Amino acid sequence: MNRAHALLALLVACLAALPLVANSYVLSVATLILFFAFAGQAWNVMMGFAGQLSLGHSLYVGVGAYAAAGLYFHYGLGAWAGIWLAIALCVLLGAAIGFLAFRFGISGVYFALLTIAFAEFTRIGFDHIDWLGGPGGLFIKVEHRVGWDLVNLRGAPAMFYYVMLALTAAAFALCAGLLRSRAGYYWQAIRENEEAAQALGINTFRWKMLAVVISAAMTAVAGVFFAFYYNNLFPEQIFHISRSIEIILGPIIGGLGTLFGPILGAAVLTVLADGITELLAALGWEFPGVKQVFYGIVLLAVIMFLPHGIWPALARKLGVGR
Amino acid sequence: MSTLLEVRGISKSFRGLRAVTDASFEVPQGTIRALIGPNGAGKTTCFNVIAGVFAPDAGAITFDGRPIHGLRPDQVCRAGIGRTFQIVKPFAGLSVIENVIVGALKRAPSVPAAKKHAAEIVEKLGLGAKRDLPASSLTLPDRKRLEVARALATRPKLLLLDEVMAGLRPTECDQMVEIFREINRADGLTILLIEHVMRAVMALAQHVIVLNHGEVIARGTPAEVVRDAAVLECYLGEEAEV
Amino acid sequence: MDPVNVINLVLAGVLTGLVYGLMALGLSVIFGVVRVVNFAHGEMMTIAMYAAVVLFATLGLDPFLAVLPVAAVFFALGYALQAGLINPFITRPEHSQFMLLVAVALIMVNALLIAFGPSARSVQLDYLLESIEVGPLLLDRGKVLAALVALATSALLFAFFKLTRTGKAIRACADNYLGAKVVGLDVKHLYALTFGLGSACVAVAGCMMVLLVDVTPVLGPAYTLLAFVIVIVGGLGSMTGALLGGVLIGVSEALAGLFITPSAKSMFSFGLLILVLLLRPQGLLGKKT
Repeated sequence: MNRAHALLALLVACLAALPLVANSYVLSVATLILFFAFAGQAWNVMMGFAGQLSLGHSLYVGVGAYAAAGLYFHYGLGAWAGIWLAIALCVLLGAAIGFLAFRFGISGVYFALLTIAFAEFTRIGFDHIDWLGGPGGLFIKVEHRVGWDLVNLRGAPAMFYYVMLALTAAAFALCAGLLRSRAGYYWQAIRENEEAAQALGINTFRWKMLAVVISAAMTAVAGVFFAFYYNNLFPEQIFHISRSIEIILGPIIGGLGTLFGPILGAAVLTVLADGITELLAALGWEFPGVKQVFYGIVLLAVIMFLPHGIWPALARKLGVGR
Repeated sequence: MSTLLEVRGISKSFRGLRAVTDASFEVPQGTIRALIGPNGAGKTTCFNVIAGVFAPDAGAITFDGRPIHGLRPDQVCRAGIGRTFQIVKPFAGLSVIENVIVGALKRAPSVPAAKKHAAEIVEKLGLGAKRDLPASSLTLPDRKRLEVARALATRPKLLLLDEVMAGLRPTECDQMVEIFREINRADGLTILLIEHVMRAVMALAQHVIVLNHGEVIARGTPAEVVRDAAVLECYLGEEAEV
Repeated sequence: MDPVNVINLVLAGVLTGLVYGLMALGLSVIFGVVRVVNFAHGEMMTIAMYAAVVLFATLGLDPFLAVLPVAAVFFALGYALQAGLINPFITRPEHSQFMLLVAVALIMVNALLIAFGPSARSVQLDYLLESIEVGPLLLDRGKVLAALVALATSALLFAFFKLTRTGKAIRACADNYLGAKVVGLDVKHLYALTFGLGSACVAVAGCMMVLLVDVTPVLGPAYTLLAFVIVIVGGLGSMTGALLGGVLIGVSEALAGLFITPSAKSMFSFGLLILVLLLRPQGLLGKKT
């Protein structure tokens, strides 16, 4: 494990030093990678750990984002307040969906469809909430682009980068802790064989709910960040099923259920996607949708040839554990 | 010797098909009893009703003095009953030791304590050398041992074994029999087993209950039951003129 | 709110619903038999719509005639997709297969975006613009013809499964995979055949749909979800259920457009899906597994 710790420390050091050497474009790409790494970690808790396939995670990103943005827009309350409302709302939503699904015995693909239905329902619903901007969108004033206001999340791009880095590191630590704990063992047991887990005394309903709620809460935080980083929200965009798919690409490509998978997957995907878009633009081909086609192809390739994701194979080469 | 498990008048039907009808039997503390009968006799249904997978249509089940019929499987486990499945259900993606740790966590106050207990059980069941292998890589006899180890890790008072000997060679069967004898003798674990393999039934069971078409048709020591006319008829059919 | 108007609206919903039903029928056949959650279903429908548009724009081919070549091509492609991509992974866990098709759908939608751009395309045929009068009722000719084609195709499919030997073999596979193999049926081939048939249905539905609405690439995911709503509401494994579900959704969308804002009409479909999943997962006509 020492080797793993050393490599990890090296990685964190590099990431911490990045803003000092990178230009604003690279910094924004790095921030995006960390965002997807964080959101992917959150989703991974539900799917990779507990085995519940959610394709509607954009719901939590959106509700979290709108909750925080709404508070700031209407009452001037910064991210410090918004984050609590966002988490509370998403915990309630996640609990509701989980309760409905698990009480009624919905699992697998049907559960996935249920999560999609909730996200879509909310997407169309928010189009009709004028108090939050409706289809035209909600815009937050972009001010103080210099200096750091962590409490209100207003500041320089570097601040956002470090916030996202801290969040991702915290998520990593949280997931590592969870995996090693009773929760981790129980979740994996439920994922592998729910019936056998029950026969060993595990209240699978309670533990599945826990996974859903933790996942929702973490994703809510991602939503809050999204709101204050991009400063504009449209229901059509943030609740769209493409957002949900983007969130899951990282963990699936990197490695479901692993700690590093979501981070690695997000990095590989974003870097390659941006690289390809830049390359094509340089050749004069600017098409909307190229990036997504690329995502699709990579996803297809990974599912077909590396079903456990890139990380397990890479980890073996590097000689580290999970 | 007090009664640990008491099954009284259990009936269970599935969409009109009566799987178990008015079955009653008991398992005293510290004994090993077997439930036998031809295929489709309702043995696994009995187990599933006891283990909480189904609620009985009628009847009552008392364990350690408390009624347990209608409880969920995880509640039944917490009451002190461990079970194995006829078709083994290992946690394929986890290692052998991790499988057993999941079971051990039921009664262990912490993860380290569970790991310790799990390690002991893994050794006891002869899986020590394979503890870090993925469960999916095990042979069938080892998978059966893992299934038993996992259930044992929950520190049950009663162990329900569902056709654990099926598919094992005679030497492997004897090894399992020895393990169960030892646990029963040393820890006083009560065992109720469903078995087709008569070798194991004769060697282990002190008392046998015979089911046919969902009803109890005979009970007694193995020697008595093997000679019982009703039992012979249900296994071999009516005597034909040769 | 003139009652005649409402009836006209409901009838229009029924006709559109029949085309939806044909699309869902394709999914029901695929989902019900091969047990593949075809997440690319709506995207396939959208591709068929674009095919009709292109054939009309370049060759002047009437969609009612284009139906045949498009269906044939889709049959072949569907067969190839199942045989080449899905069959090899049939032993993988459920969510793996699902994600496979999510990936395919992603590629399809964005390939369309690259090829055709985001603006809407349609097929304009003069003879479709006339209305048919039935007493006080006014029916859109295009809708009537499209619905008739949908019904005819559905009837053909029903007949295939009920009367032909291959159809019965496919039903056998659906009922009992292992048993089918034991009696010597080439299950992989039959699965591919079924996917091909489902795709052909989608192709016909698409060619008809483009007469009713304009096509944009983003319709793909919307139709996929709609197809699932219909199949689940109507009942998995029930072909009549798929058609019935389609009509139900068509009518409810028409009425929802009347009573609530039109943009909220899909909310109703999703709400219905949630209710059905929770309360009656086997759908209206499906069998409880």
